[in-house]
Amino acid sequence: MEEVMLARIQFASTTLFHFIFVPLSIGLAFIIAIMQTMYVVKKKDIYLKMTKFWMIFFLINFAVGVVTGIIQEFQFGMNWSEYSRFVGDIFGAPLAIEALLAFFLESTFIGIWIFGWNKVSKRVHLFSIWMVSFGTALSAFWILAANSFMQNPVGYVLQNGRAEMNDIAAILLNEKLWVAFPHTIFASFATGAFFIAGVSAWYMMKGRHQELARHSMNISLVIGMIAALAIALTGHSQAQYLMHAQPMKMAAAEGLWEDSGDPAAWTLYASIDTENKESTNRIDIPYLLSYLAYNKFTGKVEGMNTLQDKMVQQHGEGNYIPPVKTVFWSFRIMAGTGGVLILVAALGLWYNFRETLAQKTWFLKLLVISIFIPYISNSFGWIMSEIGRQPWVVNGLMETATAVSPNVSAGQILFSLIAFSTIYTILGIVMVVLFVKVIKRGPEKPKEVDVSATDPFETGGAEHGIK
Amino acid sequence: MALSELWFILVGVLFIGFFFLEGFDFGVGMSTQFLAKDETERRVLIRTIGPVWDANEVWLITAGGAMFAAFPHWYASVFSGYYMAFVLLLLALIVRGVSFEFREKGDTQKWRYTWDWALFTGSILPPFLFGVFFTSLVQGLPLGEGMHVNANFFGDIVNVTSVIGGILFVLLSYLHGLFFIGLKTEDDIRARAFGQAKKTFIATLVVLIAYAAMFLTSDSGIMAGGNAPFTYVIIAAIVTLLLAFPFMMKQREGWAFIMTGLTFILITASYFVGLFPNVLVSSIDPIYNLSIHDAASGDYSLKLMTYVAATMVPIVLAYTAWTYYIFRQRITRKKVEQAEH
Ligand code: HDD
Ligand code: HEM
Ligand code: HEM
Repeated sequence: MEEVMLARIQFASTTLFHFIFVPLSIGLAFIIAIMQTMYVVKKKDIYLKMTKFWMIFFLINFAVGVVTGIIQEFQFGMNWSEYSRFVGDIFGAPLAIEALLAFFLESTFIGIWIFGWNKVSKRVHLFSIWMVSFGTALSAFWILAANSFMQNPVGYVLQNGRAEMNDIAAILLNEKLWVAFPHTIFASFATGAFFIAGVSAWYMMKGRHQELARHSMNISLVIGMIAALAIALTGHSQAQYLMHAQPMKMAAAEGLWEDSGDPAAWTLYASIDTENKESTNRIDIPYLLSYLAYNKFTGKVEGMNTLQDKMVQQHGEGNYIPPVKTVFWSFRIMAGTGGVLILVAALGLWYNFRETLAQKTWFLKLLVISIFIPYISNSFGWIMSEIGRQPWVVNGLMETATAVSPNVSAGQILFSLIAFSTIYTILGIVMVVLFVKVIKRGPEKPKEVDVSATDPFETGGAEHGIK
Repeated sequence: MALSELWFILVGVLFIGFFFLEGFDFGVGMSTQFLAKDETERRVLIRTIGPVWDANEVWLITAGGAMFAAFPHWYASVFSGYYMAFVLLLLALIVRGVSFEFREKGDTQKWRYTWDWALFTGSILPPFLFGVFFTSLVQGLPLGEGMHVNANFFGDIVNVTSVIGGILFVLLSYLHGLFFIGLKTEDDIRARAFGQAKKTFIATLVVLIAYAAMFLTSDSGIMAGGNAPFTYVIIAAIVTLLLAFPFMMKQREGWAFIMTGLTFILITASYFVGLFPNVLVSSIDPIYNLSIHDAASGDYSLKLMTYVAATMVPIVLAYTAWTYYIFRQRITRKKVEQAEH
């Protein structure tokens, strides 16, 4: 059905776009809160300068994050009305709670932060940035609670023709939530850390704003390292969770058609042939899949053919195999870039420790490029997670094809798809232009670069603001 | 009272909060073209809502979330039924939301000019669309089998009455915004805001009376068979608007602001009062009317949400009030000019 395809493309593109901004907001809020804390504790002006400088990026990014989020909230009802009817009882609650708990917190305290420099005490001002950071994490928690229900439905009964909530504890203790939330939060911290590290590296290369760059680099490399390791660990838990809760997704992520041997090998590369249902030219790393899945070096993994047969018995005729190539390669890109992040962070810390970082031009260049790596991993992580769930929209309960709004025509969706893509393209370009401009300009003339330049009245005024 | 009825009221309260608060944000957004003479004044105006507009918008997001959680069928039918109109609304809210941040960040005149117009369009279009939504909602939608709304954009959604409803929301937002500017600024700009308020007041009153007349003479949608509660609330709205007049003439902006706020509250409330005990009325056949009870989530879910709302809403209100207290001072042109030299 055309409508389903278009609605999926629209949902995928708008969420992926939203999630370009989300991790940077979460990551920067946290790191900036740390910087401002250091300012309040150590009372050194450099930390204030850092706080204000990085906040410029946060604010631009946050604005786009907010406006792209509003669409997400409405889209369930607009494009997926049958889905909304079926799961609203459960799925709506976390969304409403997210707004009440998190969005009010974020948006109110961000207002106090921007405009409150001379109106509230230093401590209250510091408190407000921590509230912003807390709010972003809280919002991630609740939206992931909703998403985890789609991946691994728990805490419901089927009655009145829909899924109704009967156990909120089960929903909040959903195993999927507790592997996805830390993984996503650390991924966001990494996104923020590598952003700061990359921009600082560029300054070091150019010999500009040395003090700011050095201090920012120190903080961001440490956070980047911790986050990258934590991502790998929590990614490992994600895989273990998939093994027993969504084995079809895991088998697809491995390109595994027939059951594996025991112990199972992890496939680094394979040519996947979805027609003949086989994967050839495999390059295997022995034992690794058993380890990923079960934390030990034995144990076999079921293949897609076996799982397909089981699903047919359970749910009736149908194709329950997700788009294998997409899932397979998304997983490899994510995990591969995860490895790269660990290496880059480790090397950066080492050079920093040896105090040779500023001379390693090649490495500084690599750090600049590394700004983009977490964005790639984030996107492919979601692609794997969401496309690997197909053909289900709610795993095992509702198929995507039946979830779409029957009263919205393909033409209407096409219109909205074009409209949103156009405006998103413009927003994307403006964002990049502004970021580049702020980076080039740097935190010059400490007083005038005051971020509260957005508040022309208490400080230097926007005229001297970001130019 | 059943929990579902409580939630029907709560959804109403969330929309009321949204229009009361975001109403003046939209009005101030419009004033950047209608009232401001130069860049400094534009900044004075924008600064009056700078710290609060984003949080005010969250009332809408929460209202949408509450509809989804408490009345999945209502949420699904309305949002898919109004598909095209919602696309327009979202586009407008997007450009407005980023324009606050973007306009300050470029060097050229053209840049600023572009985002100023984005701010203006994004402030005038949403209240118009909301007026159209709510008016057409109570006029009755082609709600049929399977709770699906197959509405024609022109006719079911956009028609003479609903356009008047849209204009009413725009004018009322602007008036409400002008009184807010009266509260938050001084001197010349404040005086001019009152000048414009007088003209806007007359227009708003005329449109509101025309709007009320169209409903009171109608016999379809919520008015089928008469609807006394709706009638009373609409008349009360006219009264509160009239009460704003003496305060406006005496330049008592605080009271004038409260009166336009009340008008907004009553007009928004009228939709919920008028719909009760339904959430949607069908223009095809009343047997398709969607009742509060049928649209609602299960009791477990509603109970949970009630606990959350009962604890969180007071906290949210407390820190919202605190923000308005922190930023209670008036913004003056002089402060701006001093800051710039
Ligand atoms: C893991 C984190 C995460 C994920 C998966 C999503 N979001 Fe998001 N969202 C955030 C994390 C976040 C945030 C960090 O809280 C944002 C992003 C940047 C920002 O400004 O706040 C935000 C903003 C944001 C806003 C605007 C809030 C405001 O006005 O302050 C809304 C309405 C949504 N989101 C709704 C959604 C929906 C319905 C999603 C599901 C499809 C979604 N988000 C995915
Ligand atoms: C922000 C991060 C997210 C990204 C990047 C993302 C990505 C995607 C993608 C790529 C699809 C399309 C899958 C396909 O059609 O093949 C999709 C579908 C969907 N996702 Fe997500 N998703 C995200 C978060 C969420 C969350 C948090 C929820 C729920 C709370 C959610 C609910 C859905 C729904 C309802 C669909 C449509 C049905 C479907 O196509 O399966 N997504 N998403
Ligand atoms: C180090 C190796 C990594 C492993 C083993 C790993 C593992 C996983 C797995 C198995 C999933 C899918 C969960 C599901 O579909 O239910 C996932 C999802 C995801 N990953 Fe990773 N990952 C790694 C690195 C990264 C990196 C570096 C990032 C970003 C910086 C990242 C961001 C994400 C995101 C945003 C999702 C989607 C959200 C979710 O389902 O939790 N991952 N990861």
